[in-house]
Amino acid sequence: MKIDQTLPLEYSTEQNRLNILGFWIFLGAEIALFGTLFASYFTLVNRTGSGPTAAEIFEIMPVIIETVLLLISSFTIGLGIHAMRLGRKRAMLIFFGSTLLLGLSFLAVEIYDFIVYIHEGATLQTSGFTAILFTLLGTHGAHIIFGLFWGLLIMYQIIKNGLTPETTNKAFIFSLYWHFLDVIWIFIFSFVFLKGMM
Amino acid sequence: MNFFDRFAVPNPSITIYASMIAIALTVIAIIAGLTYFKKWQYVWSEWLTTVDHKRIGIMYLISALIMLFRGGADAIMMRAQTAVPDNTLLGAKEYNEIFTTHGVVMIIFMAMAFIMALMNFAIPLQIGARDVAFPRLNALSYWLYFFGAMLFNISFVIGGSPDSGWSSYFPLAGTDFSQSVGTNYYMLALQISGLGTLLTGINFITTILKMRAPGMTLMKMPMFVWSALVTNFIIVFAFPVLTVALAMGTMDRLFGTNFFTTENGGMDMLWANLFWVWGHPEVYILILPAFGIYSEIISTFARRNLYGYKSMVISMVAISLLSFLVWVHHFFTMGQGALVNSIFSVTTMVIAVPTGIKIFNWLFTLRKGKIEFTVPMLYTLGFIPIFTIGGVTGVMLAMASADYQYHNTMFLVAHFHLVIIPGVVFAMIAGLTYWWPKMFGFMLNERIGKWAFWFIAIGVCVTFFPMFISGLNGQARRMYTYSESTGFGIWNMISFVGALGLLVGFILIVYNIYYSTRYSPRNIPGDPWDARSLEWATPTPVPEYNFAVIPHVDSSEAFWDYKKKGYQLFRDPVQSIHMPNNSGLPIIIGAGFFVWGFAFVFGIWPVVILSTLFIFGCLAYRSLEKDHGHYIPVSDIEIDEQGGSVQ
Amino acid sequence: MNLRRIMMVLIFACTTILAGCQPLKVLDPKGPQARTTANVIWISIGTMAVVVLVVIAMFAYLIIKYRASKQEEDYEPPHIEGSLKLELIWTAIPVVIVAFLSVVTIISTFKVEDVPEGYSKEPLVIYASSSNWKWHFSYPNEDIETVNYLYIPTDRPVQFKLYSYGPISSFWIPQLGGQKYAMADMVNTLNLAADVPGEYSGRNANFTGEGFAEQTFSVNAVSPQEYTDWVEEVKTTADVLTKEKFGELLQPGHLGQSTFKGTHLTFSPPPENHQMGEKSTEKMDTDMNEMNMGDMEDMDHSNMSQ
Repeated sequence: MKIDQTLPLEYSTEQNRLNILGFWIFLGAEIALFGTLFASYFTLVNRTGSGPTAAEIFEIMPVIIETVLLLISSFTIGLGIHAMRLGRKRAMLIFFGSTLLLGLSFLAVEIYDFIVYIHEGATLQTSGFTAILFTLLGTHGAHIIFGLFWGLLIMYQIIKNGLTPETTNKAFIFSLYWHFLDVIWIFIFSFVFLKGMM
Repeated sequence: MNFFDRFAVPNPSITIYASMIAIALTVIAIIAGLTYFKKWQYVWSEWLTTVDHKRIGIMYLISALIMLFRGGADAIMMRAQTAVPDNTLLGAKEYNEIFTTHGVVMIIFMAMAFIMALMNFAIPLQIGARDVAFPRLNALSYWLYFFGAMLFNISFVIGGSPDSGWSSYFPLAGTDFSQSVGTNYYMLALQISGLGTLLTGINFITTILKMRAPGMTLMKMPMFVWSALVTNFIIVFAFPVLTVALAMGTMDRLFGTNFFTTENGGMDMLWANLFWVWGHPEVYILILPAFGIYSEIISTFARRNLYGYKSMVISMVAISLLSFLVWVHHFFTMGQGALVNSIFSVTTMVIAVPTGIKIFNWLFTLRKGKIEFTVPMLYTLGFIPIFTIGGVTGVMLAMASADYQYHNTMFLVAHFHLVIIPGVVFAMIAGLTYWWPKMFGFMLNERIGKWAFWFIAIGVCVTFFPMFISGLNGQARRMYTYSESTGFGIWNMISFVGALGLLVGFILIVYNIYYSTRYSPRNIPGDPWDARSLEWATPTPVPEYNFAVIPHVDSSEAFWDYKKKGYQLFRDPVQSIHMPNNSGLPIIIGAGFFVWGFAFVFGIWPVVILSTLFIFGCLAYRSLEKDHGHYIPVSDIEIDEQGGSVQ
Repeated sequence: MNLRRIMMVLIFACTTILAGCQPLKVLDPKGPQARTTANVIWISIGTMAVVVLVVIAMFAYLIIKYRASKQEEDYEPPHIEGSLKLELIWTAIPVVIVAFLSVVTIISTFKVEDVPEGYSKEPLVIYASSSNWKWHFSYPNEDIETVNYLYIPTDRPVQFKLYSYGPISSFWIPQLGGQKYAMADMVNTLNLAADVPGEYSGRNANFTGEGFAEQTFSVNAVSPQEYTDWVEEVKTTADVLTKEKFGELLQPGHLGQSTFKGTHLTFSPPPENHQMGEKSTEKMDTDMNEMNMGDMEDMDHSNMSQ
């Protein structure tokens, strides 16, 4: 494995560069995926049948908390990558750990949100609107859950193997994924929740 | 319903029972054969666990050929049923299952796999690479495709085949009108193989962008590589749409949601839109690689460089962009009004412009050439007139007002078969024949191949031209029968005769493979066609690492200029080569997906959860695994290269 | 070469058989809308025939002239990059053809979507609804309903309001005009007219499952006087359509033709009035439709910009 010392560790081998480009393309596909979900959401948002409308079930507080949690987590993972580039393994692990904890809290609030919706009579089966609402939020949430496990696995590998071209590459890719989920959430926050409450 | 009742076939008939027995016997024969000849070890370590793009390509190829015959059997049954009026060979239910599986199998499991086969085999060789960017992911793509196809095909014997058309329009495909598990199979099998396709897309874009031989700029890539690049971009942006649509459809059917229902705010039109937002780019995913293959073959056998390389590239990019802007033409009759229909009519017709550019460029490649009528060239030349006819009828269909009369009729069926068969199937057979010596080390017999070509080319015309007429006479597609007074009888009978011709042609291809395997001379040179691109610079059979030394490229026809102008391809000394190790994980994950899909079809939730955990467990294992591949020492490379045609 | 000859023979054979047969339904219009589409089809066939002939002629010339067996053993084909001029020519010509056909399409599409012109009378409104595997025709002003057959007056526009009690169906009378979908969650409007009296066949053209092949109906275009007589006769002789009876009619299966007094519109109104619950109005339903299209385009841009 040829290691190019002039580049950051996560870019230092040929395979690493391939991995990062490949992941960017994967994120392109993810944008198409969420784009389709958003388009379907806008199509179905007013098709509430006999169920509640968006304005009836949305609450601003939990959503703002979720947004803040996820925004901070995006910041901490950025710090984590910065620490990684400086070769500070401990600091990086702390930032990654905080990111995952913030992600977990986000998830907790989102689950609370879901329970509220269900109590207000908006279940997955209620209407076209609720189906796409839960699917859009659920797809994002499932990505976060997957991210939590993935992040843990990467932290474990960094603890075990240190900052190698392989582990830093994985951590960097994970950070791209996490930022991406944050961006998607901003769209959900603006176009689902804010628009729905107006 | 009783738990076990769901596994029974809803419309049992003698054919289905006979097929069950045939399938069981084949499986037993394969297992017994492998055991008897002690080939398990070989099959496992050389094929099932391989990460070599060439072997993965060959596995795609075998799967595609098997699926071609499955879909072809469906086609023959359909044409036989409709050959005469009021036929009772098949009932309506069987006919519905057959045309549905014909469409799905041919598009998703035959044509897609065939393209994957040729891309896998040829692309790394053409760009002078040793493998794709992510060899293991590539193996996983194959196994996801394979197990998706398996899942789809067992619907035939367990639980019933899907029967609401390959486009599976809701609410017909919803539980109200389609009670059997058939459509569940459709949703999950497409989901699994679609995931494999998406991964291929990512893999090949990365490969083509990053792993080209030094000197090969984008505008020096062979046209097939260009077409593959464009195609894989379409895959990456189109397949997620299918993923979402299928997920919604699955939830409607299994969790009682209201995406596409007709009550509680569901919207059946949303399915049609999502399906075709994927579905139209999908046809370009099929056709663009075919265009690439034709470009390679036409310049090889006209002995000339491809005419208008730049406009070929620009027109492909234009087609790929337009392919996302035309999906509404699949349902002009849905009532979106004259304005929307007019807009989509125009965008659709505009596709004719870049396609026309390509046709004329191919024609001008022939000019001043020295045309040799080999089998691959025959298919390429046969493609031009037939595809032109199919293509112009596409322009006719694009005219919204006229489409109100063509929609859902045999005219449409004639059109898309006359573009897909000469466009895709011809290209696949041509590509197969063209790259066959590189794949297997011997040539396919030219004489039998030409016979097969004539049967197929004439068969296509005889089968599908009459459908234009019966369509204009009011024959809707997907009708299992019609009365004599309609006057459709004669046209359908001609179609049936043509279909028999096609059958003979395809049987001849199989016979050719058998015949050539037995009798064709071995020890052929590395470059038997006197071709132009880098794959022919490798020795035959191609070693695991493709190129002992990575070539340097100075022109768009590097190998041709090496032969004619003395450009130097191999300039570096031989060094030890790093190659990835084989892995059993891809097939194991694929099998996990199969179990997951099967359990999902029948709603056996504990198994769904367990198999999901299993799949994620495998991914975690993969992440933790320490596997840095292996090095092939210089000594082994030089031994391998003895007898090679180059260097 | 061989292929071309065989195709010629085939096309010749087809046209001969065609000449001996009944004219094709789509090209044998009996009303203004079908006439417009038939004309469009003929224009497009003509234009496309020219394209096909040019391509095939060039193709034949090139493969004959430049085949290897006719050339010197040592002939080396030249390297030609391409020609901007030629390539622009074969970009420009298709652009002109497409522009021409686009104009034809836009004009004719607006024409066939609209109420046909040149009739003094108001359109006759008929609600046509599909159920597996039948067609129900309600005449709200005449207050009668038929199953699987239609009576329409000639020389008067007919406006069909299409919807479905089941899967998406496509309402099609080839000799009177093109198709349009009948769907469960919206009402589509199809404008037709018949000029020539006669019996025409109609069918569902969109696959709806097991009984799809037989989901047909007949259309009797009769003079206005005969039409009025028929309505009167139905009103005096037919049974009343009750909610229970209509429920029976909706059961999946095939029925012959039948006739009723009264329509199902009173107790089972079309989707625009009942589908979306109390919260929505007819207007919203159509809004949703337009929105659907708009969103799809948006999504597409998001796809493409990546």
